[in-house]
Amino acid sequence: MTTRAATTLDGAGQRPEHRGYVVAVDQGTTSTRCILFDHAGRLVAVAQREHRPHYPRPGWVEHDAAQIWRDVARLVPRAMAQVDASPADVVAVGIANQRETVVVWDRRTGEPVGPAVVWQDTRTAAIVEEMAADGGADRFAPVCGLPLATYFAGPRMTWLLRHDESLRRRAERGDVLFGTVESWLVWKLTGGPDGGEHVTDVTNASRTMLMDLRTLDWSPELLEAFGVPRAALPRIVPSSQVYGTARAVVPGARIAAALGDQQAALFGQTCFSPGEAKCTYGTGGFLLMNTGTEVPRSSHGLLTTVAHRIGDEPPAYALEGSIAVTGALVQWLRDNLGLISTAPEVESLARTVPDNGGCYFVPAFSGLFAPHWRAEARGLLIGLTSFVTKGHVARAVLEASAWQTREVVEAVEADSGLRLSSLRVDGGMTSNNLLMQTVADVLDVPVVRPMVSETVSLGAAYAAGLAVGFWPDTTALRRRWHRAAQWSPAMAGDVRERGWQDWQEAVRRTFGWVRHEVP
Amino acid sequence: MPGPIQSVERAAAVLRLLSGAGRGLGVVEVGNALGLAKTTAHGLLRTLVDVGFVVQDDDGDYRASPALADLGRPRTGADDLRAHAVNWADSLAARTGESVRLAVLHEGRALVVHHVFRPDDSAQELTTGTSLPAHACALGKVLLASAPVRLRGSLPAMTARTVTDAAALRRALVAVREQGWALEVEELTASVAGVAAPVRDRGGLVAGAIGVDGDADRLVDTRGRPRAGLVPAVRHAARAISRELGARPS
Repeated sequence: MTTRAATTLDGAGQRPEHRGYVVAVDQGTTSTRCILFDHAGRLVAVAQREHRPHYPRPGWVEHDAAQIWRDVARLVPRAMAQVDASPADVVAVGIANQRETVVVWDRRTGEPVGPAVVWQDTRTAAIVEEMAADGGADRFAPVCGLPLATYFAGPRMTWLLRHDESLRRRAERGDVLFGTVESWLVWKLTGGPDGGEHVTDVTNASRTMLMDLRTLDWSPELLEAFGVPRAALPRIVPSSQVYGTARAVVPGARIAAALGDQQAALFGQTCFSPGEAKCTYGTGGFLLMNTGTEVPRSSHGLLTTVAHRIGDEPPAYALEGSIAVTGALVQWLRDNLGLISTAPEVESLARTVPDNGGCYFVPAFSGLFAPHWRAEARGLLIGLTSFVTKGHVARAVLEASAWQTREVVEAVEADSGLRLSSLRVDGGMTSNNLLMQTVADVLDVPVVRPMVSETVSLGAAYAAGLAVGFWPDTTALRRRWHRAAQWSPAMAGDVRERGWQDWQEAVRRTFGWVRHEVP
Repeated sequence: MPGPIQSVERAAAVLRLLSGAGRGLGVVEVGNALGLAKTTAHGLLRTLVDVGFVVQDDDGDYRASPALADLGRPRTGADDLRAHAVNWADSLAARTGESVRLAVLHEGRALVVHHVFRPDDSAQELTTGTSLPAHACALGKVLLASAPVRLRGSLPAMTARTVTDAAALRRALVAVREQGWALEVEELTASVAGVAAPVRDRGGLVAGAIGVDGDADRLVDTRGRPRAGLVPAVRHAARAISRELGARPS
C-alpha cells in the first residue's frame, strides 16, 4: 500500500462553509484510490493500492469484491490522516468506479457470493452470440443504446443466473443482491446487512443493457429477455444525490455521488454543455461527448450512454467511442520490440525524425473498436521502405492514437450533429507533448489539458459536493477548471488531408485478415 | 583522510568479474570468485541492479548492464522526468497561482521539458522544447550549481540585471548549492522573476530543476525577497518528484 504525502493547505482565511473536504473513491480495474479535494477543487491527499485481477480460465477475469471493500475501508482513513481530517471534516463522499463489472452478494451476511466478474471477461460470448442470432446485435439498442457485446453487465448477470439454479431462486426472493461496483460500495458504506442502501447510479445502470434510456428505469422487456429478476436489482438513482449516511469507514458522512469512471472524467472536465467532449488516454482511449438532454442515436458504431443526472434535473446523455489500443501500443514497443526502455521514451525516439517517413501503424491487435467494429481485423505496419528507421516507427505509433481519435471524433460529430471546437484530454499519455500536438494537428482543433489531471476522482468529488451544497452549481465548478496546457493545430491542411487518406487506406487493409480459426 | 572504502572496491570487483564472464553469473559463482559470503555477494548485486549497473536475465543470472558503456547519459531522461513530475507540477501551479516549468541542462542551456500554464486561463503559449540561457534564470542556476560546467570570462547580458561576470556567477551558485534553491529577478526578462529547486534521482544526482516564474511584483517583495510560502512550495514539489525518482529524503 502506498500513500503520498499531502500538499499542506494555505487554510488561513477560509470561510467556515468552505472548510472540509470531499472524499472521492476511484475504484478502478488495476487500483483503488482515495483522493481528498478541498473547496478550491485542489487535490490535498492521495492513498492508493494496486490490485490484480484473477484469470481462472482463458477469457475469464475476476476481482475479489471483499478485497475491494477492505481496500476502500483502509484507504479512506489513510488519506484523511494525511490532512488530519476527522469524519466531521468530510462534507461528502463520491464514488467513481470501473464500469460493467458485476458483484453479487448475500443480503444477510453482507459477503460476496462468488468473485466479481470484470468488464474484460468474455465468458458471456456464447450468450451474446445466441441472443444476437435472434434479431441481430443491435436488437436492444433502441431501448438501451448498446449493442449486444460481452462488454456489458446484463449478459454477465444472465450467465451467473444460468450457471447456478439456486442463485436464481435466491435472486427471485431478493436474498442475494446484484449490482455494479458502486452499488456494492454504497450498500457496504451505508450499513450493509443493517439497512444498507441498494442503489445504482444512472450512468452505471446505462452500461447494463437492462435500463431504458428514456425512462431511466429497468426495462421490463429487457429484464425478461436477459432473465434477470427485478427483486435482485438495485434502485436506479441520480449520479449526484445524497444516497444515505455512512455507518462504516466515515461514520456520519453523506454518500452523495456515484458515476462510472469515464462519465466521472467527463464531469471532472466540466463538460456540462452539449458538444463538450473529453478523451482519456490510458492503455486505451475513451472519448465521450455530452449531447444534451435528448437521447442520441448512433449510426456510426458509437455507444449511447447517460453522462450524468444531477438530482431531479433532466439527465444529460453522451455518445461514447472507445479506442482499444493507444498507450498499450507504446508498451508493446517497449515490451515486445524493446525499441525503448520506458514508455515515455517513445517521445524522444519519435523526435529523432521530422515525420513518419510514409509509415503507418494500425494497432488492430484484437480487432478494431469504434467506429469500425471489426473483430477479424489484425494489426498492420505499412509503408515500409529502406529509408524507414525506428524513429519513424515511433512516430507512426504516436500518430496511431491521434488518427484513431479523429475516427471517433468524426463519428461523434456525424451522430450528434455537433462540431467539436476543442478537445479536453486527461490520462497518463497527456504528458507526451508530441502525441498531444499530433492530436491537435490531425483534429485541427486545440487540445487542452486541465490543471487537475485526476479527472475521474475530481468528477466524483464534484458530483458529491454539488449534492450537499458544498458547491452551489455547475457554473461554480466550471470556474474551478483551469487550463494547464494547450496544443494548437500547426499542420498544413494538405499534409493533414494526405495523412488522413493514407491512414484510412491502411485501416481498410487490416479488414478481413482472420480467415480461419486459430488452433 | 580515510582509507579506501571496502564496499566500493568490492562493487568494482563484481563489475570487472561480470564484464569479463561472457555469460550471466549466479550469486554463488560471484561469491566464490571473490571470496565473499553469499549474503554479501547478494547485497552487492542487488545494489548494483538498483543503480542500473547490473541487470538480471530471465534465468536470474547477473550480467553487467549495457548502460555501463553509456554512463554519460542521464539516468532519468527528460521524458521520464516529465512523466513523474506532471501531478506535482500541476499542484505547484495551483498552489502558487503561477506558471511552472521543468528543465534539464542541455548543451549548457536550460531546456524546458514541461510547462504548466498560470491557472488564470489567460492566453499562454506552451514553451516546452525551448531553451533558456542557464546563467540568467532560476532553473538554469539550479542546474549549473550541480553541474561540472566551467564558467569563465563574461556571459551574455539578457537585461541590465543579468549576472555577466563568471566569477560573480560562481559565487552565486555556491549560495544556490547551500540553500537548495535559486531566485532570479529580472535577469532574463524585465518585470519577471523565478524561483527553482533541484530534482534529484537515486544517488542524489540532479536530474532537472522545477520552478515557478511570473510577474516580479507578485513573486518578490519590495526588497527583492521571495513572497512568503513560495520557496517552501517549490521545494516541496521538487522533493516530491525526487522521491518518485527514488531519491532518499535529504
